[in-house]
Amino acid sequence: MAETTGPAAPEDRSPSDRVDVCVVGSGPAGAILASRLAEAGHSVVVLEAGPRFDPGDDGTPPAARRRRQEDLLRPGGGDVWGMGGERDAFTSAGDRRYPLNAARVKGVGGTTLHWQGMVMRLHERDFSLRSRHGVGVDWPIDYADLRPFYADAERELGVAGASDNPYAPPREEPHPLPAFPPSHSDSIFAEACERLGIDMHSVPNARNSESYDGRSACAGYGTCKPVCPSGAKYTAESHVRKAEAAGARVIDRAPVQRLEHDRTGERVVAAMYATPDGSVHRQRARRFVVACGGVETPRLLLLSRSERYPDGLANSSGFVGRCFMDHLFAGVGGRVPRETRQNHVGFNTSECHQFYDDAEPVEGLKLEFLNYAGPSPVVEATRGDAWGDELLADLRDSYGHHLAVGALVEQLPRRENRVALDPSRTDDHGNPVPAIDWSIDDRTRAVIRRANRIQRRILDELGATVDWTVGPASTGPAFHHMGTHRMGADPGESVVDADCRTHDLDNLWLVGSGAFPTGGAMNPTLTIAALSLRAAAALDADL
Amino acid sequence: MRLTRRDALAALTALGAAGATAALAGRSPPVAGDESSKASDGGGASESGERVDAGSAESGDRADVAVVDALTAAAEVLYPSAVEGHREFVETVVRGRTDGRSVDREGLVRTVADLDATARDWYGAPFADLSPGERDDLLRQLGVASADPDPDGPIFARIRYHVVDDLLFALYASPTGGRLVGIENPVGYPGGTRSYRRARMPAADDGEGAGEDGEGAGETDDDSDPVEPSDVWVGVDDESSGGRDGG
Repeated sequence: MAETTGPAAPEDRSPSDRVDVCVVGSGPAGAILASRLAEAGHSVVVLEAGPRFDPGDDGTPPAARRRRQEDLLRPGGGDVWGMGGERDAFTSAGDRRYPLNAARVKGVGGTTLHWQGMVMRLHERDFSLRSRHGVGVDWPIDYADLRPFYADAERELGVAGASDNPYAPPREEPHPLPAFPPSHSDSIFAEACERLGIDMHSVPNARNSESYDGRSACAGYGTCKPVCPSGAKYTAESHVRKAEAAGARVIDRAPVQRLEHDRTGERVVAAMYATPDGSVHRQRARRFVVACGGVETPRLLLLSRSERYPDGLANSSGFVGRCFMDHLFAGVGGRVPRETRQNHVGFNTSECHQFYDDAEPVEGLKLEFLNYAGPSPVVEATRGDAWGDELLADLRDSYGHHLAVGALVEQLPRRENRVALDPSRTDDHGNPVPAIDWSIDDRTRAVIRRANRIQRRILDELGATVDWTVGPASTGPAFHHMGTHRMGADPGESVVDADCRTHDLDNLWLVGSGAFPTGGAMNPTLTIAALSLRAAAALDADL
Repeated sequence: MRLTRRDALAALTALGAAGATAALAGRSPPVAGDESSKASDGGGASESGERVDAGSAESGDRADVAVVDALTAAAEVLYPSAVEGHREFVETVVRGRTDGRSVDREGLVRTVADLDATARDWYGAPFADLSPGERDDLLRQLGVASADPDPDGPIFARIRYHVVDDLLFALYASPTGGRLVGIENPVGYPGGTRSYRRARMPAADDGEGAGEDGEGAGETDDDSDPVEPSDVWVGVDDESSGGRDGG
């Protein structure tokens, strides 16, 4: 066991000596793993491409977060987390433009700064779609393997949930926090769903229903995504702090440019990273963990190609960047002649997994009953030409009667959906930008249509006037980047093993949703956390 | 519906004002003698009629007085006629908004000066001394109604940003403003996690508030005080020492 690296001066971005583990990326996958390893006594350095937001130098963090919230709510406020520009450039191909920067964040805490915070376990069938249904690919682990790590992850994130979901996989203990009670609009939906035989149940939220882990209960700001001013929503900043408290060092604004391996090609020896002053450094370590998300992780591997790995580091299988998957959104919204009480909070309290495990079609489908359908008066107030009594009349007309049912739909892995490098365009460091080639096939479109039919039945049962439908033609991604360095037992068909260690290099680990062989239709972060905890345990044993 | 200082403090939490705490602490207001703010009757004098004697104030205070006068006069036009109590609300919002944010303050002062200069050019009096109809006409003739807000843009864009959008946002992000529309816990206001469960908006003074049952640290309700940052960000003071989690 090496000595801990300890805190460094804030502007000191030089490499540390005698490092056990270098983690690239401080989102949930990297931060949870870093904290666990630091707490186990290993020396850990985390290299984060983006900044440390709101460190307390501009008012208190809540004030800074509330200013970000105001930026969100007022017109012309710009991007809340500073995404875009040359640093984050990308290109998009396929029959769908992929809006990569719409919901990812580069910074300490990663995309959990922006995320919605819905945290479900995958269902048992998700781990064996090939065996059960002849589609997709099996995971090298099953639900039972991941089950204790799911429980661990729920404690780490502070999940508020209830054991009222008859379709959820078995669990061994209650959620750490009580679920948020159903909303008034949930009760409206419940009338229709009961008549239709559709079961509703609670939503597991990574959001404090009561104080937990040093963070307060939800204050009801209503802007969970993309910014929670109260700190009640879990962000990976929490685990960054834990990691630092345990002696880890986190270097922000230090984008890793390349991973360098030894002569044999069996071990990574250094992560080459840039710093704001224009310097380039090499962080050496015994183990390396890449945790940059489902786009930047494969990109870094592809950028790190060498004579030994001409198609990209750890890419003997050819699967790095391949099989890029997302969840598709489907939805139907409308109005009913009664008060629906929307936009009090920014999270959902009821959903439905009833159709998730069906065999025809086999792709997963999850319904969400929205608590934020229709416009918010606060946002509307600054968007129009009216003021005074005229504006108030407009706001009263637009608010109060909206309802909507959303859904996430599974997309199966296909090699042609991929993240590659675009040599025709470079980022702010001269590196080729990621090229997203993403299309939706007929199978997925059919599931979206099925979701729409169910959603329409519910709204029709309520006598709603349907105002909009997001269907196969208008669907978009949920920004869950999965599959691009998938795990598997066969080194010829996968990039990492069941512990998230690459098949090709002994000391290189890739964590995050890129490791998912299939993605189900559940929001991925709880599974990301569970896999990171599992990888941390394996790494700890390996060190 | 009467706006109160409490509404202004609620608005400040949504406005991301670093000065919210200072405002909550009850520092001396930049203007005095106008606690009994009352809506203008449209006769040409706004609530700013009880302005402090500028000659007895510091230069910074004079600018603050002008800002509060102009924004109060603007609020009387921009807010629905059912709203009363503009001055105290505006005064508190302005103070909380600009305290410690020199860029915002300078932009606001400059914009109000330009607005007053335009009012003098067109109507021979500062904005606050115009009738409500004249104020409305001036804003519309400047193109403010359809302008895109820009704190560094031309005058109409700056007025849209610093005056119109600031005031509209402050009103409708407060429980009182939300109530006008039908939502007592509008987006941007930390109104707790009970309101979303109710079938209808309770009366403002019915005492049905989560803050009374001690349900959660961030729990507030209709007429309870807005949540202060220290209440909803446990451990923030330990940030620099890497102590407790702040999420």
